[in-house]
Amino acid sequence: MRAGEGIAGAVPRAGLRGSGAWQRGAWLWGGIVAASLALAAWVGPVPVPKALTPDMAGWVSAALRWLVERADLGLFSFKELTRAIAAVIEWPYSLVRAALVDGWVEGRGSRARTILQPLSWIAVIAIVAAMGAYARSWRLGAFVGACFLYLAVFGRWESAMVTLASILIAVPIGVAGGLGLSIAAWLWPRFERALAPILDLMQTVPIFAYLVPILFLFGFGPVAALIATVIYAMPPMVRVTTLALKSVPPELGEFATMAGCTTAQRIRKVLLPAALPDLMVGVNQVIMLSLNMVIIASMIGAGGLGFDVLNALRRLDIGAGIEAGLAITALAIALDRLSQAYAARTADVPMSAGASGGWPRRHPWLSTVALVILGTALMGLVLPPVASYPAEAVITTKAFWGDLVKAINIRYFDDLEAIKTAFLTFVMLPVKRFLLALPWPWVLAVAAFAGWRLGGAPLAATGAALGAFVLATGLWEQAMTTVYLCGVAVVIAAFIGIPLGILAAANDTAGRVIGGIIDTLQTLPSFVYLIPVVMLFRVGDFAALIAVVLFALAPAVRYTAHGLRSVPPEMIEAGIVCGCTPRQVLTRIRLPLALPEILLGLNQTIMLALSMLVITALVGTRDLGQEVYIALTRADTGAGVIAGLGVAAIAIIADRLIAAGAAHARARLGLQRGTP
Amino acid sequence: MTTKALLSSAAALALALGLAGPAAAQVESDDPIRLTLHDWTGQLVTTNLMARVLEEAGYTVELVQADYIAQFAGLKTGDLHVAMEMWETTGRQAMDEATATGQVVNFGPTGMEAVEEWWYPSYMKEKCLGLPDWKALNDCAEAFATAETAPKGRYLGAPVTWGGFDEERVEALGLNYEVIHAGTDAALFAELESAYQRQAPILMWVYAPHWSQTKYEGEWIEFPPYEAACYEDPAWGINPNKTHDCAKPRGPIWKVGWAGVANKWPGAAKAIGAFTISNAEMDRMIARIDLDGEQLDAVIADWMAQNEAVWQGWIAK
Repeated sequence: MRAGEGIAGAVPRAGLRGSGAWQRGAWLWGGIVAASLALAAWVGPVPVPKALTPDMAGWVSAALRWLVERADLGLFSFKELTRAIAAVIEWPYSLVRAALVDGWVEGRGSRARTILQPLSWIAVIAIVAAMGAYARSWRLGAFVGACFLYLAVFGRWESAMVTLASILIAVPIGVAGGLGLSIAAWLWPRFERALAPILDLMQTVPIFAYLVPILFLFGFGPVAALIATVIYAMPPMVRVTTLALKSVPPELGEFATMAGCTTAQRIRKVLLPAALPDLMVGVNQVIMLSLNMVIIASMIGAGGLGFDVLNALRRLDIGAGIEAGLAITALAIALDRLSQAYAARTADVPMSAGASGGWPRRHPWLSTVALVILGTALMGLVLPPVASYPAEAVITTKAFWGDLVKAINIRYFDDLEAIKTAFLTFVMLPVKRFLLALPWPWVLAVAAFAGWRLGGAPLAATGAALGAFVLATGLWEQAMTTVYLCGVAVVIAAFIGIPLGILAAANDTAGRVIGGIIDTLQTLPSFVYLIPVVMLFRVGDFAALIAVVLFALAPAVRYTAHGLRSVPPEMIEAGIVCGCTPRQVLTRIRLPLALPEILLGLNQTIMLALSMLVITALVGTRDLGQEVYIALTRADTGAGVIAGLGVAAIAIIADRLIAAGAAHARARLGLQRGTP
Repeated sequence: MTTKALLSSAAALALALGLAGPAAAQVESDDPIRLTLHDWTGQLVTTNLMARVLEEAGYTVELVQADYIAQFAGLKTGDLHVAMEMWETTGRQAMDEATATGQVVNFGPTGMEAVEEWWYPSYMKEKCLGLPDWKALNDCAEAFATAETAPKGRYLGAPVTWGGFDEERVEALGLNYEVIHAGTDAALFAELESAYQRQAPILMWVYAPHWSQTKYEGEWIEFPPYEAACYEDPAWGINPNKTHDCAKPRGPIWKVGWAGVANKWPGAAKAIGAFTISNAEMDRMIARIDLDGEQLDAVIADWMAQNEAVWQGWIAK
């Protein structure tokens, strides 16, 4: 059957529909769904025997206790090593923090005396604006400057600089670590194979799961938060870099060898420069993911904007929460655009020949910025508003947001309640009951069978093994609740996201507007909208569902738009020549051809939905996320790690199945793999 | 030694003396004492207040952001030194686990009394006449019901992690209610704010001291009063077969810290142990900050000015 598909796939035909394999597949899956329904109705859930759920949490706790308290590396203990690492990281962090927030002080506490003020807000804005103008254009400079001005005008300057300081340290560590790992993976394929599952775990195990051991090993405070951030933000850098190094034309490497380069020279002088544009894409990802961590990092001592958000929402000051959340978004968007501009610049403009003249003339940007820094520092001594943004000039929209939610609450609560009740009764609860009623042996069999159909024996083994792991955690019910919540959320996100992606691809203006909304949704901490959602929908699965959908929507939109845009124009022209209407071009040619991309988008949607799990626990769901959260609040490391690995197992099953499905679709359509 | 070096070291000495100030003559160590900050206002007040008093005594203090439970990792190793609020009602398990290691000690009560109980806004009294007596709850189950829980009433409980035995209480007292758990404190009060804006029915877990006591008008449900026997002995109370047929326990809010504090800064340990403040004083300060929007520093400075004798007593030799 698979061979038959391969032959059909060799012919690049668009809109393959009535092929036999497809139809047989539909019958097969229809049969499985029918059998599942029957099993759920007449057999019901099967209890998991005790023998199958060993005390893994206890083992993990014991192992970690050993690592933290006893592990000895000869000259020093493991904990001393990690503490030394923390001290090394702390040093540049305090330096950056001093430059941006604290200034240089002598003495501590209330006896502190400032020797040197931190950079003035005007100076920082000038620096970022100059970077924008240098990297691309004055327009970008003005935009980035405006984003930073927002931080000052809305009174978030100091918190934002604390956050920026940790980003400025976390990102280089993440980038350097990512580069190192991917070079090693490129040099030794065996290392790459060992690394792949670790990267998967780094991205899918919820960070709450390993927070407590990190605190033990690296001490309490900003450094532990930085390390947690790096663990979460590094994997995309490794993936992108490994891919980029592999795609450097082999001739280049051979040429370097012939020219007599050592391996180190070959990597440093030839391969890395050639892969630089792709590396910048990785850097951009590291920045964005680090900013996603701001809230969680603030829970363990990073302070900054994340703390402002938590603190405001604790007081139910929705307006202040939204303002602080939007400050994170402003920071994220500014840094994103800046890093993208640098990526494009390194790709487009080869280093321009140095202009002649003295140093200031050769480096106009640096000298201007240096002047502004010096000027504002001196003026700041006389004019306080130059040193720190005057409190009287801070504006706020707090009242507006609070009143808006109140107005909606009073006027529309009953309507919203009716919609919610209908959706719960007719969609969510039936799905939940169905999944919870499935006997576990059947679920494992279906996971293995799906793996076999899409990827042969290896994938079948993966599916069965990971499913068995979830079973062995003893959290089967929570795991199925997770599948239910994420499943429904992903379906809804696809229903909303794919049409939005189609619209964005069809129309440039719509594309820009939708892009802006998506960027905001992805960088705005979900906690910010979680609280208004609870006010309007009460705590429970529905509120969690809305938060997950909002957060996970982005990739569905992005990948759909990207897939549609990158359909080869010949195909579309061929369709038009054959007399297709625009609608037919979309449904018969562009959508089928974009299918692999759309599937990848769905894959990312699932990943994001799962990464939101811990947050949904905050509104009272009873899934694996809640287990991780409970373990955190009880400082039970073992239970947290095991529940976290359960989430990771579900994520990896979904990822592998969909990736195999996308590869199938691509093969059937005769497409090459494209990277979005 | 050249004149220049002599001058500069003299200057440094003068500077050091000047900075140390009059009260700071003899503290045991100049290393900073690290106090942890959490994310609720009352705790920010107690911690900042303690920090200011310790500074008055000449100690160096550092305030560090830390999670309420996760902080025990730091308190055990001595990375963190003092946590000013550990509630009997929510922190007992973690605290017992930590003090059992011998690396963390209890610095005694803060003087504040934690209350956690079922609570309703005053306007519900018109819709449910027998309140605050718990026996009225079953007659009003309809009034407190929502589409999802009807015909049972809906009781919004605290995050699962806070414990509280509400499921057991509902069963033991034969209450016709369903317990729904909020995931966080913020979600809990978001529902209250929402219901209060609409003057809609709500029955939920509220705790004090908290700003909600000043912002919303309401009352605690009166259950049969708590006794230790009620939680342990099924025979106790109205239901002869079940435990938990009574109210929740009320208990002190404790101060805890690293065991090494008493050796390194004995004077500070004494001051921390002596710190006490009442629920009423605390409620007033919390309300000024959260509801009137005053600055935390200003509110604390006011308290220090008005109660100088009190805090001078904590640091008296």
